[in-house]
Amino acid sequence: MTTAVKTWPDVHGRFGPYGGRYVPETLVAPLEELEQAYAAARADATFQGELDELLRNFAGRPTPLQFASRLTEHLGPRIYIKREDLLHTGAHKINNCLGQALLAKRMGKRRIIAETGAGQHGVATAAVAARFGMECLVYMGTEDMERQRLNVSRMKLMGAEVVGVNAGSRTLKDAINEAMRDWVTNVRTTHYLLGSVLGAHPYPQMVRDFHKVIGEEARRQILQAEGRLPDLLVACVGGGSNAIGLFHAFLEDTGVKMLGVEAGGRGYQLGEHAARLAEAMGFTGARPGVLQGTYTYVLQTADGQIATTHSVSVDAAGTLARLEGIIPALESAHALAALIARAPRMRRDEIVIFNLSGRGDKDMEIIARYL
Amino acid sequence: MATNSTALPKTPATTRIQRRFEELGRRSEMGLVAFLTAGDPSLEATESFVLALDDAGADVVELGVPFSDPLADGPAIQRSSERALRAGATLPGVLDLVASIRRKSDVPLVLFSYYNPVLQMGVERFARRAADAGADGVLITDLTPEEAGEYRRTVRAHGLDTIFLAAPTSTDERLARIAEASSGFLYVISRTGVTGARESLPEDLPALIRRVRRVSRLPIAVGFGISLPGQVSILGGLADAAVVGSALVQEIEQASSVHAAREALGARVRVLKHAGKTGMSRREPGA
Repeated sequence: MTTAVKTWPDVHGRFGPYGGRYVPETLVAPLEELEQAYAAARADATFQGELDELLRNFAGRPTPLQFASRLTEHLGPRIYIKREDLLHTGAHKINNCLGQALLAKRMGKRRIIAETGAGQHGVATAAVAARFGMECLVYMGTEDMERQRLNVSRMKLMGAEVVGVNAGSRTLKDAINEAMRDWVTNVRTTHYLLGSVLGAHPYPQMVRDFHKVIGEEARRQILQAEGRLPDLLVACVGGGSNAIGLFHAFLEDTGVKMLGVEAGGRGYQLGEHAARLAEAMGFTGARPGVLQGTYTYVLQTADGQIATTHSVSVDAAGTLARLEGIIPALESAHALAALIARAPRMRRDEIVIFNLSGRGDKDMEIIARYL
Repeated sequence: MATNSTALPKTPATTRIQRRFEELGRRSEMGLVAFLTAGDPSLEATESFVLALDDAGADVVELGVPFSDPLADGPAIQRSSERALRAGATLPGVLDLVASIRRKSDVPLVLFSYYNPVLQMGVERFARRAADAGADGVLITDLTPEEAGEYRRTVRAHGLDTIFLAAPTSTDERLARIAEASSGFLYVISRTGVTGARESLPEDLPALIRRVRRVSRLPIAVGFGISLPGQVSILGGLADAAVVGSALVQEIEQASSVHAAREALGARVRVLKHAGKTGMSRREPGA
């Protein structure tokens, strides 16, 4: 890793060849305005001070870096868990939501919209919107609403309106499309609070910056606990926010390996998995393309039509629950499953940080079906 | 006054689009641009629809390349894209359709697409095949001049017009950049939002068109929300052409057969074209 990687994006919003700004013309001026407002806020000590205060007293930062003694005994290498699941609303998502909502307030926007898949980002958005007294509308695929009824109720309780999206695959991808349609219509009054390291510039940069506190804390904490840097970082990758949040502080540490774990789903064919990046492992259909404002790896057909995704992972959730008394979100359980698979090939003195990006309460109905 | 004509090398020859707008200008006649999603309900049906639109007086036909994630489009065009994809429409199929139409009609054809299908085919391959098939211009919904350098050079090198969108949120500086990147005509989005028929025209539209005129001498086509003869008539005093899309796509959705859809499309376009001819006084040519 070079210094350049850590300082990306460039002035065009590019991370190497990736990123950029592929949007309908209507959104360009608002994105430029957002980019400028964010650059100003980023350099403003008052903004950063306010955000720090909210992260401490509203969200509950810093989160612990817990030595997982029984998991370590069970697996071999020394495993530490970064406990993002202990944050308010139950996942790392609140970091970015606080940052963007504070920015939206500074820009004079009174209305917040967001997309959500499993509901963690929607719940975190609803919470910060309530905290700031802003109108909040969350787009969610109707299939996801069915799967995550509890999160729908949580959002509504905090005053957010949840709009079911019936288009396409009725999941996250379609919720993002619908949120972008709302934004392009109401762009003068509304901030789109995107929750993944996706979308047009400056979104990937903002989302990364607001989550990089995870890795900054973890780096300090592991140095204090072990006196040295870890050998391996493990995080799940869907939209990428918790992974880059943990990884970013370590990008210049050449000895630290990073493992991003995608959801494998039920097979290797397009439509059966959610692996955008793991082509080398035989998952098919992932190639660079332009979707929802950015140039990135996309699951697509040869003709450039975007595919649906599929994923489930329950066994690793049970392992963590039994050995450490922690029920992980299914997303985080994917990453743990990969760690469990890799651990036998690691030495006992190697150090691992596993990012537990969210807690699993929301997934209990799904998990219960497999018990 | 900024001009765009010197900024880029001229396309090798004038395109059908340019010639059509010159003709309209000479006649002081309002143009009508008709949008259809290619492949809804089938590519064969689309071919017969385009020929009917041409007969009815459409000046330019935009063929929408269906895409799985049409985030700039409202419900009508979303549904038509889904129908077209379910029926098996692909970009190569749409290009074959262009070639087939071109054997029967001289109507100017614009390919209207999201970027990803074009990117996956390869911009060079796409431009060559589009030009060979007899297309005249390309409009990519989610591509702005900033990201379009290579695309624009490639598409122009094949003699195709590159049409870009101008929006109510575009600053004067951006409008100038958009005008410079465009050829054939400029597509002005009438309002913030997605495609879809509306009852009225936005109040700030005349001011937007004036801002565009200050930076460009290209013909201006106004779209998003245009469906009624009254709207086209009012636009006649402001713009060079009106773009009608969702309203036509809905005619197809509601028709009981391909034949009925073709009749309805022809009737709709005749009414709109007539409204353009008899509407408010045309601005002075070359103003």
